[in-house]
Amino acid sequence: MIHVQNLTKRYGDLTAIEDVSFDVQKGEILAFLGPNGAGKTTTMRILTCFMPASSGSASVAGFDIFDQPQEVKKRIGYLPESPPLYTEMTVTEYLTFISKIKGIERRDRTQALARVLERCALTEVRRRLIGNLSRGYRQRVGLAQALIHNPEVLILDEPTTGLDPKQIIEMRQVIKELAGQHTVILSTHILPEATAVCQRVIIIHEGRIVAVDTPDRLSAQLRQSDKIRMTLKTPLPETADALKIVPGVLSVFHEPSPDGQVFIVECDLGRDHRAELASLAVHRGWGLVELTAVKLSLEDVFLKLTQEETKEAAA
Amino acid sequence: MKSTLAIAGKELRVLFTSPMAYVVTAVFILITGYLYYNIVLFASTQSMQIMRAQGALPKINLNDLIFRPTFHNMAVILMLTLPLLTMRLLAEEKKIKTMELLMTSPVPLLAIVLGKYIATMVVFTFMLALTGYMPLLMWYYGSIQWMPILTGYLGIWLLGGVFIAVGLLASSLTENQIIAGFIGFGAVLILWLIGWLSQTMADSPLGPFLAYLSIGEHTENFIKGMIDTGDLVYQASLIVLGLFITHRIMESQRWK
Repeated sequence: MIHVQNLTKRYGDLTAIEDVSFDVQKGEILAFLGPNGAGKTTTMRILTCFMPASSGSASVAGFDIFDQPQEVKKRIGYLPESPPLYTEMTVTEYLTFISKIKGIERRDRTQALARVLERCALTEVRRRLIGNLSRGYRQRVGLAQALIHNPEVLILDEPTTGLDPKQIIEMRQVIKELAGQHTVILSTHILPEATAVCQRVIIIHEGRIVAVDTPDRLSAQLRQSDKIRMTLKTPLPETADALKIVPGVLSVFHEPSPDGQVFIVECDLGRDHRAELASLAVHRGWGLVELTAVKLSLEDVFLKLTQEETKEAAA
Repeated sequence: MKSTLAIAGKELRVLFTSPMAYVVTAVFILITGYLYYNIVLFASTQSMQIMRAQGALPKINLNDLIFRPTFHNMAVILMLTLPLLTMRLLAEEKKIKTMELLMTSPVPLLAIVLGKYIATMVVFTFMLALTGYMPLLMWYYGSIQWMPILTGYLGIWLLGGVFIAVGLLASSLTENQIIAGFIGFGAVLILWLIGWLSQTMADSPLGPFLAYLSIGEHTENFIKGMIDTGDLVYQASLIVLGLFITHRIMESQRWK
């Protein structure tokens, strides 16, 4: 659906993105993950034909963004980081205007309007001035704007920033519902969001793509060892040493916690050591309260990748 | 075409739902009305003096006595008011980031520029139409020639058209409305003031050239009651040039 090849954008001496290539399948939800200033917005602005790239090529729904920008624009719904709203218009007036500039025929307008008002839960506020709406509603009006012409591709730039937790959950729900019928690219610097909503993640750092994969596979790929977290009520002084001699255990850290002592056991990959450790703890009477496998979160993956990048660059 | 009208319609809606159009129109009508009243008062005392001297009803030309100075006044007041109407056109869209919306919609850039221009012209035409009470009053109570008044209105309308094109251009340069307004005002003032320089330099070969450039020079004939194709071409080309440069500037801003 979206095909991006070697996209580069320079502002004078500053390189915003360099050699970015990726593909997005039809109906997929893809997240662009990266710290602020990594080049997420730049990539999106190029895909939406808002600004041209310095080099490289891209196509959306089979149309080249340089040669047929009008065709591309017809097929994309774009929600920029700050929703582009006319505060002196009512929601209905605004969406009617949008439907006109998106080229929706007059006879289909009422229906298109009713559809997005319902989908974005805006029906109740449709007669109110946008300027008087809360942040959450404004964001929804922004999303409605992107959806009104039922585009094949949706590009959402940080769709949940500035929303309260309840609104964030609602927004994510709406985005999830869009999958399948629409191809969605969204950018975020909030990691759990990418895990919660997306099927695939592109991690972008300082204008370069550092990783592309599913959230699960990304964390698995970067894991060098399994970590198991044990909370013990009554450990003995020799507990740490006893754990270390279990086959496959690489190292043991421990720290106090309100529930007792927490032991982080690092083991070899590929074999589940949990049962073995549990029976050992029970057998020795250490008062086992909790035992879980520690998953490398996307947060760790992200930090790891971006740090490695920086190290490589320094070397 | 459809998208041009959509942009123009939205612009008109914004102009008429905010106080903008009303305030500018009210101030324009108030000041032109005040000056018109002054001129009429002056004309009536003058005609009374002539009557006393001649002892008969004088044959005075109301077109010359009243409407020529009135059109001149309108031109100057438009120079001050139209930049206020044009300054927000593009600057505001950039400031509140809705330009991103327009530029990523399947709307050609030309439609954005033309739509904004047409909307402002509609407001301006409305403003100008409201001054129609002036000739109507004179026609009712006195006797006037309609044709020179209509050409005068055409001249002022074209002049305003140029001012709006220049103001739109100024608005494309920045996202600060005040700066856009001031650049627009400065630019139309210079277009007007070139005429003064041409008078002081009348002897040099540059004189006639500067006179040709001056916008006042090309409005004068209309006010006198003449339609000169040269003047029409001048005004039309300034409008087209203004819109063309605006279009180019907007396009170049994408590449930055």
